[in-house]
Amino acid sequence: MRIGLFVTCLGDTMFPRVGQATVRLLERLGHEVVFPADQTCCGQMHVNTGYQRQALALVRRHTEAFADCEVVVAPSGSCVGCVRHQHRTVAQRYGDDGLVAATEESARRTYELSELLVDVLGVEDVGASFPHRVTYHPTCHSLRLLRVGDKPLRLLRQVRNLELVELPAADECCGFGGTFALKNADTSTAMLADKMRHVLGTGADVLTAGDSSCLMQIGGGLSRLRTGTRTLHLAEILASPADDRVPA
Amino acid sequence: MSGTFLGMPEMTTAPRGVGHLRGDRSFPDAARGAVADAQLRHNLAHATGTIRAKRERVVAEVDDWEQLRLAGAAVKAATMARLDEHLERLEREVTARGGVVHWARDAHEANRVVTDLVRATGEREVVKVKSMATQEIGLNEALADAGIEALETDLAELIVQLGHDRPSHILVPAIHRNRAEIRDIFLREMPGVDPGLTDEPRVLAEQARRHLRARFLSARVGVSGANFAVADTGTCLVVESEGNGRMCLTLPDTLITVMGIEKVVPSYRDLEVMLQLLPRSSTGERMNPYTSAWTGVTPGDGPGAFHLVLLDNGRTAALADRTGREALHCIRCSACLNVCPVYERTGGHAYGSVYPGPIGAVLSPQLTGVEDNASLPYASSLCGACFDACPVRIDIPNLLVDLRRRHVDEVSAASRVPSAEAVAMAAAAWTMGDAGRWRRAGRAGRLGRLLGRRRGRIGSLPPPLSAWTTSRDLPQPPAETFRDWWARTRPAESDVSATPRRGGPTDTSLSGQARPRGDGS
Repeated sequence: MRIGLFVTCLGDTMFPRVGQATVRLLERLGHEVVFPADQTCCGQMHVNTGYQRQALALVRRHTEAFADCEVVVAPSGSCVGCVRHQHRTVAQRYGDDGLVAATEESARRTYELSELLVDVLGVEDVGASFPHRVTYHPTCHSLRLLRVGDKPLRLLRQVRNLELVELPAADECCGFGGTFALKNADTSTAMLADKMRHVLGTGADVLTAGDSSCLMQIGGGLSRLRTGTRTLHLAEILASPADDRVPA
Repeated sequence: MSGTFLGMPEMTTAPRGVGHLRGDRSFPDAARGAVADAQLRHNLAHATGTIRAKRERVVAEVDDWEQLRLAGAAVKAATMARLDEHLERLEREVTARGGVVHWARDAHEANRVVTDLVRATGEREVVKVKSMATQEIGLNEALADAGIEALETDLAELIVQLGHDRPSHILVPAIHRNRAEIRDIFLREMPGVDPGLTDEPRVLAEQARRHLRARFLSARVGVSGANFAVADTGTCLVVESEGNGRMCLTLPDTLITVMGIEKVVPSYRDLEVMLQLLPRSSTGERMNPYTSAWTGVTPGDGPGAFHLVLLDNGRTAALADRTGREALHCIRCSACLNVCPVYERTGGHAYGSVYPGPIGAVLSPQLTGVEDNASLPYASSLCGACFDACPVRIDIPNLLVDLRRRHVDEVSAASRVPSAEAVAMAAAAWTMGDAGRWRRAGRAGRLGRLLGRRRGRIGSLPPPLSAWTTSRDLPQPPAETFRDWWARTRPAESDVSATPRRGGPTDTSLSGQARPRGDGS
């Protein structure tokens, strides 16, 4: 299958290894990945901070950038949530009928990584090996906006040599919330503290999730306290080859 | 929504200077102190955790819970679509059964109506059933100004009143207090208190019971809210756990009920849905211990005079908002508070309004106008737990996002100088509006590598980004962005992806195209 990669703005500039892992993984599974170069950002930060009017151009750009792709994947539940649930709202309020139709079309074709693998490509064993103790944080938007359910866990369970440990209170928010982390830094940090307590309690070497933004929050806290616990995106674990190598 | 409702000729927001819908500090300011209060954090985590678990248990045993939620949402949507008709019907039915209906445009009018009614009885004291509407309008203060004492009889409201405190939860107003604190309040404030009082819940409840019993028997006027009012029968309902409400609803000669206009349901049959949804969502019980329903007045049974005050106080203005009107579907169960990770850490006082938590963060700005509660729509990480818990499926995250939009649009329309945030957002949108600008910005971001070059992470940034780095590191930016990596490693594909596409004209004039050969470092 020819799959358009929406790498997301954060993935492009801060976490390119996540996009690279997504490409490696999909190509290893025999699919063709294209990267429409006109893509920038889905506009979620603007929408969720109240700047919907400014997000209009970004919504338009996004739908046009991926207009040629039959299937689009993003390694982010949050950005897919924006494409699927918010682009139409912005188009309706500030755009035109043509854009509304385009956003509906784009919403139908855009998948979060675990959705693409399990629902579209029908694969749970992606042929990875990862010899570490791992715990999984289901990010809020993948869980409650996209309803990915246990798809990421099903994928992780098939990874060779991976010891999966359950994260207590897993469905509780890590406190990121986009600009919430800045506007309400104290509350965000209080939420992060509890999330870290649960992560550290599992004794996991690695915390994984499907969103680089949430991992930036949790990883930022784990790093600040020098806990020695790493964060890796789900794509990075799934892309790790069967020869037991940890991704660079 | 267009048209005018009977008794509510103008669409105005709740007035300033009366009631408790506005805080004196922004949410982040108030939350700062709250999250640092170890006792408060402990009390909240324990209490919300307990209610959450109870709720999950009793919701799980209902096979058709999701259908019930859909039915609840449908009842509410249908009610709001014809709210004017249902209210007029309610007025007719209540009046036909011996009650008197009063229409109150705002908190001032409602307080005046109730004060005048109490004055007319000659009484100087009223007993109160726990009620959000009367807290919203500041009725106790208005009565006090008229020399009338209002006694809260709900145990938790009594604790709040005796402690000269404010409620911090819709259902559990004293959730921020533990039993040791409650004992101290009783010892300090309750006349005739047993000096050997312990902090055993049963002992505390018995003490409150003795304190209240004498007042119930002497009170001539009761004041309540209403959980529901049924339009086609004129019946009002209060659901509660203690039975103290029933005392107030049945013993006095005069009963005055203050109810937000959104609490009406069209017919008695709608209660079949609502009374299944409410107790399980609020207290985590299959059924609440006391459900009191009264229809007008019944000679020889209960109060001989019944007054129903229908309160607008910004509700019609909320109804006029196509998106925001959904907030009026709220049945005040407080399930969203108990599952909210923000509420659990800040408690209710940080919200400033009597309506805290996720629903408060949408309802309060709806009632007051966004500008008077501008920080509340941002008091959420948009995690969505509130929507999943809401028995009538109010899409609270969506409403929060829409209120943020209204705030930004209103601020930008009202001021000539854009805020620093607006400038930053505009700059970001401009940069992201073109792939070439975005690529250059991504490369510029590599300058951040200098900051993190020693440890591979960034531990300190200047304001406003210091809000991040006070508690979190930031990773060192990568040496190469994804798009530069792609262009460097896959020049052929990059070429292909830059060819013109279907879907109308696109702005690719400023090098949206990837380079034919890699130019990454």
